[in-house]
Amino acid sequence: MLRLHDVTLALGAFRLQADADFAPGRITALMGASGSGKSTLLAAIAGFLAPVSGRIEVEGRDVTALPPGDRPLSILFQDQNLFPHLDIARNVGLGLRPDLRLDRDQKAARDAVLDKVGLGGLGSRLPRDLSGGQQSRAALARALLRGRPWLLLDEPFSALGPALRAEMLDLVASTAASEDLSVLMVSHDPGDARRIAQDTALIADGRLEPPRPTGPLFADPTPSLRAYLG
Amino acid sequence: MIRGRPGLVAAILVAAALLLPLTAVAWRAEAWTGLAPRDWGALRFTLWQAAVSAALSVLAAIPVARALARRRFPARGAVILLLGAPFILPVIVAVLGLVAVFGRSGVVNAALAAVGVDPVSIYGAHGVILAHVFFNMPLATRLILQGWLAIPGERLRLAASLGFSARDTFRRLELPMLRSILPGVFLVIFLICTTSFAVALALGGGPGATTVELAIYRAFRFDFDLGRAALLGAVQLFVGGVAALLSLRLALPSGFGAGLDRAVPRWDSAGLGLRVQDGAAIVAACLFLLVPMILVLAEGAFHLGALTRSVWAAALRSLVVALVAAGLTTALALAMAYTATTWRRGGVVEIIGTLSIAASPLVLGTGLYILLLPVVNPVRLAIPVTILVNVLLALPFALRTLIPAMRVLHDDWHRLSASLGMHGLTWLRLVALPRLARPAGFAAGLTAALAAGDLGVIALFASPDQATLPLALYQLMGSYRMEEAKAAALVLVILSLGLFWAFERGGRHAAPA
Repeated sequence: MLRLHDVTLALGAFRLQADADFAPGRITALMGASGSGKSTLLAAIAGFLAPVSGRIEVEGRDVTALPPGDRPLSILFQDQNLFPHLDIARNVGLGLRPDLRLDRDQKAARDAVLDKVGLGGLGSRLPRDLSGGQQSRAALARALLRGRPWLLLDEPFSALGPALRAEMLDLVASTAASEDLSVLMVSHDPGDARRIAQDTALIADGRLEPPRPTGPLFADPTPSLRAYLG
Repeated sequence: MIRGRPGLVAAILVAAALLLPLTAVAWRAEAWTGLAPRDWGALRFTLWQAAVSAALSVLAAIPVARALARRRFPARGAVILLLGAPFILPVIVAVLGLVAVFGRSGVVNAALAAVGVDPVSIYGAHGVILAHVFFNMPLATRLILQGWLAIPGERLRLAASLGFSARDTFRRLELPMLRSILPGVFLVIFLICTTSFAVALALGGGPGATTVELAIYRAFRFDFDLGRAALLGAVQLFVGGVAALLSLRLALPSGFGAGLDRAVPRWDSAGLGLRVQDGAAIVAACLFLLVPMILVLAEGAFHLGALTRSVWAAALRSLVVALVAAGLTTALALAMAYTATTWRRGGVVEIIGTLSIAASPLVLGTGLYILLLPVVNPVRLAIPVTILVNVLLALPFALRTLIPAMRVLHDDWHRLSASLGMHGLTWLRLVALPRLARPAGFAAGLTAALAAGDLGVIALFASPDQATLPLALYQLMGSYRMEEAKAAALVLVILSLGLFWAFERGGRHAAPA
């Protein structure tokens, strides 16, 4: 469970209120107009922005004061998910040990994950020698290797074409199911939410509305979702 | 990501290393009894020659910068590189080159003699100014060229569509640009010239050609009058401080050729007359810079065998000074740049790092001597003191390169590093050093070259058996062993430029493409 207890975020003049629970073992889409604060909320959960007030709890633990790397979650950003000067194997290996001193078992685990996302044999390439889709797969591989229960996606596939993006979303959905990951993904495309998210939560007018099952929500939209969908 | 503030520790050390000697100078300054007439003369000469040198440098630079801004030709990159070279060229080598051209038995006097004109002497005020123009005209050219290239291309296109002649463009676009940047360029060069020591030591000296820095050296070395040296040091510090305050917001050179590699297309300057004028400006600037160097280095190559063991020992000492200074400066600058960019009050660290532009080597040297004297024979610490002073003086340049790079590193990779829990040495090894290799290599190279060629505080402290290569070269010149001096100059140039090249190249090689 990922709980936001009366969280207030402030960034300049912008304010966001969030009080909601996100169920584990599911994919939840976080929707809202651009500038509504989706990424800001994700940044706060990941530990890059301290809330003005309130508590963030993950798996029963108060993480509000934890540094980003110690939280039980991984995050994929919109860009700059891979260090351009480290090859793919090292970029992925960072998920096991940030100092990259991997033993033989850890290296085997890393290679297995690379195989799983379809990057077997590409470990020695630099990120710039990979396609956009392959780079996304490498970032996802690292998140899997870290084995944290929650995965936050801040629109990491937005630079990909529609077909590739759908493919990556399906890969996220299938690995989330097989690895028992809980996913919170930012999206501005209702199609993405309908494609893989069991739940959807909307941010509108500086407030987070609690997540609801995606199907019924879209069948009978709330006023603010109706306004967003137009 | 590094916990704590390593740069704050570094900044405190730097501040102590700067302020303690300066306090010692102020404290020993002979009860502020007032300056003797000859000291007033030194102050007057310092200000006057700095103003004249800066004005001439700027005036000579304008046509060259203008030519480089509006012409494209195959060797343009090489010319711009050449304009960057004097910054890391050892001062004493350039002086030797100017003597070879303008000295008593130099090329110019030979030509004058052929037409029956009396020889001119390079020693004295005009020699000092000539050398300062040699060093600072290229710097001024590069700074002014930046201003020229900052004129938006759209505006030049608009000027072309309105049918502007070259004269109209100058009046409407270029003159306003020059008016806004020339005062800054002038001040930067004025500041550099007020702290001139090596040039004045080698070419000046008479009653009408002694700078305050040189007067400090003489009070110290010949009269052994620490009180007077300290008083002069306080005067020098005042001059440097005022000039530094004035130029605080103005640009110091931070790179060689960065962003200077484009020429803006111009439609108003195609006429033959303007082409000839621009070509002449560029050729004259290149000859002025190259001929002295070629005369020295080419002749030096023939006399390398004449160098004594003590000169080679001095070269080795210079190499050590350069390497240690480069390592220390880069480490300090990395720590300070980190804290300057990540700490809320990091501005303090940055300010401390640039304080030393107001201090001069001889003032720092005098202060360190006063501090060390009760504890140890300062002469025995000539080499460590030289390293320390060079670290302090190179730090502003290193920070100028590393702080923007650190800012980019932080903006781009802070989130990813933090989300993966990369801290401390791990972060330094896997993220910071690889990504900062290029600016760090540049900073190290610059420091190494400046330290290898430095003839400042070492002249104050060293006994003959501790000379660095620039000091040994000066001593050879002083005893008119010109052939050996030229050979030593060749070694020194190879050392300085070679160190710069090696570090810069190494950083570029280690950096990700």
